[in-house]
Amino acid sequence: MIAVRLTRHLYSFFPHLEGVDLAVEAATVADVVRALEARAPGIGFYICDELGRLRTHVNIFIGTRMVRDRRGLSDAVAAGDTVHILQALSGG
Amino acid sequence: MAARILVGTRKGTFIVEKSAAGLWQPRLVGHAGTGVNFVARDPYTGRLWALLGHGHWGAKLSISDDEGATWADAPSQIKYPEGARYIAQDMYEDAASEYGVGWRISTKPAALAKLWIIGFGPGGSVYVGTIPGGLFVSRDGGAHFELNRPLWNHESRGGDLFSGEGTGETKWFGTPASEGGDFAPGIHSIVVDPRNPQRVLVAVSTAGVIETLDGGQTWHSRNKGMILDHTPEPEAEWGHDTHFIELSPGDPDHVWQQNHVGVYYSADGAATWRKVSRPEQGVHFGFPITAHPTRGRTAWVVPGRSDQQRMTIDGGLFVARTEDGGETWQALRNGLPQSCAYDVVYRHALANAGDVVTFGSTTGNLYISEDGGDGWQAVAHNLPPIYSVRFA
Repeated sequence: MIAVRLTRHLYSFFPHLEGVDLAVEAATVADVVRALEARAPGIGFYICDELGRLRTHVNIFIGTRMVRDRRGLSDAVAAGDTVHILQALSGG
Repeated sequence: MAARILVGTRKGTFIVEKSAAGLWQPRLVGHAGTGVNFVARDPYTGRLWALLGHGHWGAKLSISDDEGATWADAPSQIKYPEGARYIAQDMYEDAASEYGVGWRISTKPAALAKLWIIGFGPGGSVYVGTIPGGLFVSRDGGAHFELNRPLWNHESRGGDLFSGEGTGETKWFGTPASEGGDFAPGIHSIVVDPRNPQRVLVAVSTAGVIETLDGGQTWHSRNKGMILDHTPEPEAEWGHDTHFIELSPGDPDHVWQQNHVGVYYSADGAATWRKVSRPEQGVHFGFPITAHPTRGRTAWVVPGRSDQQRMTIDGGLFVARTEDGGETWQALRNGLPQSCAYDVVYRHALANAGDVVTFGSTTGNLYISEDGGDGWQAVAHNLPPIYSVRFA
């Protein structure tokens, strides 16, 4: 199973996910997003645009490594990984 | 008398209502912290629609079926269909060029950059205008939206790029209003003819005014009489920088337009336009315009000084009104600040319900007149930057 951690910002749009242990079956980051979409319809369009690209100011980390394929999210994940989805901190 | 105003701001949706004591009072009703480009009420269903621009999370449609008490993402969001592409023009760094930059025409896959305007027709018709240059249409009250392909594939923007490469040439240019920084065209005005809902006008930055008479199956330019006086081809069919259009619902042959190059008026349903600017009175440049609900020759604008400055004229804020089809204009200043006022009013931030007129500025001021603009009161000074005002 892949553990998923979301930025608190996303809980404000999907409050029913707050406090839920998010663990999904996935082989790639794209699979993770699809699994989240099944749990929370609409969340995929918050994370990616309609072309499947990771939104410009959103980041995904597998453990401590930032996702590399921002266009297709083909980065592999393995059992025991933790995937973090958060907004980029682009200046304050 | 209209007693409720929906206000879209950079930091949320507000409703302004007149209390029993006669005071206009704004309150935040939703989307705190989120950019709200436009808020309006579907007069046929009573549903409120907010067009959101989340900084990180993209553009979303939000709806309320309880007069703004609660909001939720619309079940059907606006998404470009697979294969939707458009011709883009980009400047890029080019070390090999003697100028250091190059100019590139390319086709790009379309992704939603901004929800800009929503319009409504009878029978469940809902129209949404977007950047890049999409008109999305629902015939079931917003349960499903589809890109209008005849307009997307229009010959003026290079033809059908779903099935091929088209002509490779577009006459639609861009607007800097996109939230993602892309310089792409945007649909900011949607007008449904109250006599005939098969007839719809849209306006595009930057292309001009476009009309369908058959419910969106075919589209034709309606830019006759508009002059591109800053370009080598002043009477070009396309490339006009319309900032906003509105018609008089009770007198719908009368259509008003604030354009980058002046104010235009049409008394024949946008078939021909006549420039009615009065630069010597300051009535020329601006973004919003609003037409009287029943008296077609009456309209209001909020002028600014020139496209170069885009500021109030000499620091004095005023609204200009015509009641004779633009032959003469009255500057309405009573109650508005006349020194050190640098309010900028965006294209959707002026509206009228007859005698009640309202506008909001990017400096967070909201003004209301209850006598057609003769006198004004500021009902808020410290709202977030205001993007839209609409009566509901």
